[in-house]
Amino acid sequence: MKHYSLPPKPKNSAFKKIRNIGITILVVAMYVWTFLSINIDWGRAIERAANNFSRVIPRLFSPDWAATSDVAMSMLETVFIAFAGSLMAAVIAVPLAFLAARNMMGGVIASTIGKWILSAVRAFPDIILAILFVVAVGPNAFAGVLAIAIGSTGMLGKMFSEIIESIDMNVVEAMEASGANKLQILFYGVLPQITPEFLSYAIYRFEVDIRASSILGIVGAGGIGTMIIFASSNRNWNEMGTILLAIIIVVTIIDFASARIRRKIV
Amino acid sequence: MTNENNSVTTKKVPSIYPAKTKIQVTVIFFVVLGIYLFSMTWTQQQMVGGFSGAFQNVFQVIEKFFPPNTAVISAIWGPMVETIQMAIIATTVAAILTVPLALLAAQNVTTFKPLYYITRTFLNLLRTIPDLVLAVIFVGLFGIGLFPGILALIIFSLGILAKLISETIESVDMNPLEAMRASGGNVLQVIWYALIPQVLPQFTSLVLYVFEINIRASVVLGLVGAGGIGLILNQQLGFYNYPNAMMIIILIFVVVIVIEYISTKIREALL
Repeated sequence: MKHYSLPPKPKNSAFKKIRNIGITILVVAMYVWTFLSINIDWGRAIERAANNFSRVIPRLFSPDWAATSDVAMSMLETVFIAFAGSLMAAVIAVPLAFLAARNMMGGVIASTIGKWILSAVRAFPDIILAILFVVAVGPNAFAGVLAIAIGSTGMLGKMFSEIIESIDMNVVEAMEASGANKLQILFYGVLPQITPEFLSYAIYRFEVDIRASSILGIVGAGGIGTMIIFASSNRNWNEMGTILLAIIIVVTIIDFASARIRRKIV
Repeated sequence: MTNENNSVTTKKVPSIYPAKTKIQVTVIFFVVLGIYLFSMTWTQQQMVGGFSGAFQNVFQVIEKFFPPNTAVISAIWGPMVETIQMAIIATTVAAILTVPLALLAAQNVTTFKPLYYITRTFLNLLRTIPDLVLAVIFVGLFGIGLFPGILALIIFSLGILAKLISETIESVDMNPLEAMRASGGNVLQVIWYALIPQVLPQFTSLVLYVFEINIRASVVLGLVGAGGIGLILNQQLGFYNYPNAMMIIILIFVVVIVIEYISTKIREALL
């Protein structure tokens, strides 16, 4: 009878071992530092929770139906903010994406500049942008539109530029060889390849923006966030329940619709 | 004869797109444009001074916010560190809690269909609630502080992480698992030697990605009283102390960029 034995284990090199030990030490140090220096007042939190539980949780689950029409109007405004913002972003992102894509404007320098602009824009959380725009244009829904537009431009620009970089360049070369000018190449060589995916990402971003715009009102930029902040400062948890329900329903519907549309496009 | 000639010369090049698609696209374009214009007028209706007035204000804002007050950096460094720690704790707890949830939400592991659908629906519901709304509720429940913030981050990131990881689990190569089962490996051995090696790099990468998301989310949680640097930002905005607020915003910007850069590099090395 043949004797089977396990195959030899792959040997780790010394470098890999040292690297792994180093990573482990770093991670452990990070956790020790975190848990030693953070101070959570457990006693107070638990005491508060025990006091507030019956006042908050049951009331969240019994929505205030009288507020339905107000909540619906605010939610509608939220959808409009997200729609206007995403569409603006989708338009602004296109030239930036062409700038950032390595195979279009020519040159690594243009691409690097474009990528830097996009990642700088992306680093600002939406709500910080909303704070800036509320100071600029006043506490209204348009500040929210601008915040969403700028915030989405970063991510959409990055996605668009990656799509442009992944197109089939043979088509473009063939057109160049047969004497097409730049504009013809753009319209017949590049755009047909990128349009479906551009649309798909723009619609996906609209989904994300619905969630984002529903909280912008916390800093005064319109939409349902305004109601959230009023309901929480009035301790009106029934109304909060209605708001929560509205957000969940609208976000679910839009997610579903957007997934259906995107599946059709691509 | 002449007639035929005419028809040949005036004949247009046929379009590559069918007429039906053209009409559809045109209609969709105008509907989208219409909703856009309506949204723009709707959102601007409460605005004083209108569109042009707003853009004149932008320069006023720059005047208000600049130059940022660099003297506050020592005072805001503590809260900033606290914010990062909030994100670290929340990401860790979410990464642990996500394992059973992700397994339950993976179609190839959870063969019991009702359980799979229940977990999926639960995760979908969880993901619809924005992070700040969770924070508002937890602040109402636990009072102002770090704890409600961490809890909001955990629940918020759990929804995203469990979905992404369950998709990773669903896309693993099932052959090694079957081979191991066929050669007599028990459930634990199959998971340990066949599933985990396939999932671990993506798992780590996704956890880091969620950590990035948590950093962004945690810097603003303080706006509703859930701890971290946002609390200070909210105070300074309340005092109309814009140079201080700008310094905080710049610090947030720098920290987010640095952490995202490190995280992206690690993720590139992993995959």
